[in-house]
Amino acid sequence: MLDISLAALAAQVFTGLVLGMLFVLLAIGLSLIFGLMTVVNFSHGALYMLGAYFGFTLLALTGSFSVALVLAPLLVGTLGLLIERFLIRRLYGRSPDDPLLLTFGLSLVIVETVRLIWGKIGLTLDPPRALAGAVNLGFTYFPTYRLFVIAITALALVGLWLFLEKTNVGLVIRAGSRDPLMVRALGFDVGRIWFLVFGIGTGLAGLAGILAGPMRGAYADMGVTIIIESFVVVVVGGMGSLAGAVVSGLLIGQVVSLTTFFAPKLTEIVVFITMAIILLLRPSGLFGEAGLAE
Amino acid sequence: MHRRTFLTSATAAAATLAFPGVLRAQNPVRIGMPLPLTGPFAALAKDMQQGAVLAADELNGKSGILGRKVEVLFRDDQLKPQVGAQRTQELIEKEQCQFIVGGLAAHVQMAINEQTKKAKVLYVSTSQSDEISAKPDTSPITFHEALNPTITSRTVGKWVMENLGKKWWIVYADYAWGKQNNAVLTEINKKMGGTILGSTPYPLGSAEFSAHLPKIQAAKPEVLMSVTPGADNIAFLKQVGSFGMRSQMKVAQPLLWIAYLKEGGAELYDGIYGGINWYWELQDSIPTAKKFVEASMKKFNMPPGDYGAYSYSGVLEVARGSELAKSTDAAKVADALRKSPQYDHFKGKQWWRACDNKSFQDMWIVKGRGPAQVKGEWGLAEIVAKVPANEELDRTCAEKGLA
Repeated sequence: MLDISLAALAAQVFTGLVLGMLFVLLAIGLSLIFGLMTVVNFSHGALYMLGAYFGFTLLALTGSFSVALVLAPLLVGTLGLLIERFLIRRLYGRSPDDPLLLTFGLSLVIVETVRLIWGKIGLTLDPPRALAGAVNLGFTYFPTYRLFVIAITALALVGLWLFLEKTNVGLVIRAGSRDPLMVRALGFDVGRIWFLVFGIGTGLAGLAGILAGPMRGAYADMGVTIIIESFVVVVVGGMGSLAGAVVSGLLIGQVVSLTTFFAPKLTEIVVFITMAIILLLRPSGLFGEAGLAE
Repeated sequence: MHRRTFLTSATAAAATLAFPGVLRAQNPVRIGMPLPLTGPFAALAKDMQQGAVLAADELNGKSGILGRKVEVLFRDDQLKPQVGAQRTQELIEKEQCQFIVGGLAAHVQMAINEQTKKAKVLYVSTSQSDEISAKPDTSPITFHEALNPTITSRTVGKWVMENLGKKWWIVYADYAWGKQNNAVLTEINKKMGGTILGSTPYPLGSAEFSAHLPKIQAAKPEVLMSVTPGADNIAFLKQVGSFGMRSQMKVAQPLLWIAYLKEGGAELYDGIYGGINWYWELQDSIPTAKKFVEASMKKFNMPPGDYGAYSYSGVLEVARGSELAKSTDAAKVADALRKSPQYDHFKGKQWWRACDNKSFQDMWIVKGRGPAQVKGEWGLAEIVAKVPANEELDRTCAEKGLA
């Protein structure tokens, strides 16, 4: 058996941080959409995948990773806006199962369309040259690109936080997630807020997709596993809670990473064990308010 | 429905079931091919599809099989055993396929084999698997064209011990093929006095390996044994590279696949060692390889890959057996193949071992060339060693429970 050195453990924690960051980006979009619209967006994984594919094509067209990194999430977000406007909007006021079925079907359509356009074989995305190597952190070598992912995600989260806390639109969004009826009574068009929120949430999924591309490659069913893990993150954090999505995303990232270190056989199942334990202790999740999901 | 119409159609249906040969005699010979056309093995499945098309074209350019046209039908098994079983059943019952060739992932191939055994249809497996030619899975009408983990891992393992280093870490996909390779690699390493510093399973189809890597890096193995098939291979090598481990240790694999070398690129595979059943540059020394490469360049504008070669050969063997037996009956074709076991479709002499229907064949060890040395678009690897076909590299039929 191997000695567990502190350095190896520290490296493991860093690795888990990157995994967690992707969970956070996906879960925060899911949670935002659910909290405000009580829509469980099953197409989130497919949109994450689209982020990587758009990124690939934009990179091929422009030759610039930064351009792709900005445009791919915007494109995915725009697609999200169209999905809300033309599909989901028709289902408001109906049972929450209806949008769930719709978005599930939509995810199948998106995956097959991607296979038709880009082919059945996966694509390889290269990180920009400047980020290709590894950095010596003192205790370990760590991929430069992964540090970049941590930085970009942190930046996006701070931006989102400032938007929600410091702007008027953000204020209305937060109010809308607490009590949509009251917000409407005060004269705000809740429909427009939902539209915007769906765009932001799906755009974040697109960002996660293009960030994941250079690490994992792009392939049509890349969203299938991660979307389930992201739902777990949302449930663990508390449905609809943004702080919960961040904390639980980072937590699940560490749980996965450390389990891989100590007991690789359990990696696949540990996410669900964590969820079961947390739900036993706190039935509405870490930061959840009771009754929101009903 | 009228009682009379019902009776007529029921009788007709019963007759079809009882004498399928009568109907089939007017029809082409159909070969069914379940493959993982979508998912992490898509690139290999495409290669296999092309190999089978080339074989069918070649046969139809002559007199087909027994004067009948040859059709190959492809179905997506989605890398799932239950889907593979269902597609196979449809190919046999609905599409009236006389033969099944193919299967790529070992666990799906076992499910295909269950169906062909039940329907008494001859099956040529092109998947790397130890079980398929051993009890209880094998049968008199189950043939195995591909290499298997025992042969490849013994061969590559021995070569790596002698040439690259004795302290290993193994990372393997946690399913039939991966586990078999891990077991054989561990065995040969121990037998030759090496050390296994660690052995890590991961779920097949995973694209995230980073959590495994710091531990391996800290353990400082001389050789990292990568048992990561399909698209996993690219993700794994990329992440190993991004952690700066490529300069710290050698990387070797029981198998390398040209389709993934092409997809991942020369830089990614620079200096990676691996076993291979066939590589198109063998055309320089093997006449049948040259013919095969030329046909593929003409039709697809690319040389065939290693797995395309398996399916090409598998289809041609089914045809050779049918001609020898003058029948497409599974038992007769199987007997004919065992009676005249030698063939050479693409890589020099191969033969079926009578006791387990396993094909024995040469294999090679190759190394990724790297961007500066690449020859043309497809010259991505160079051959570093040839390992001649040898029945002793596999388990004996007694060890497989077949004596």
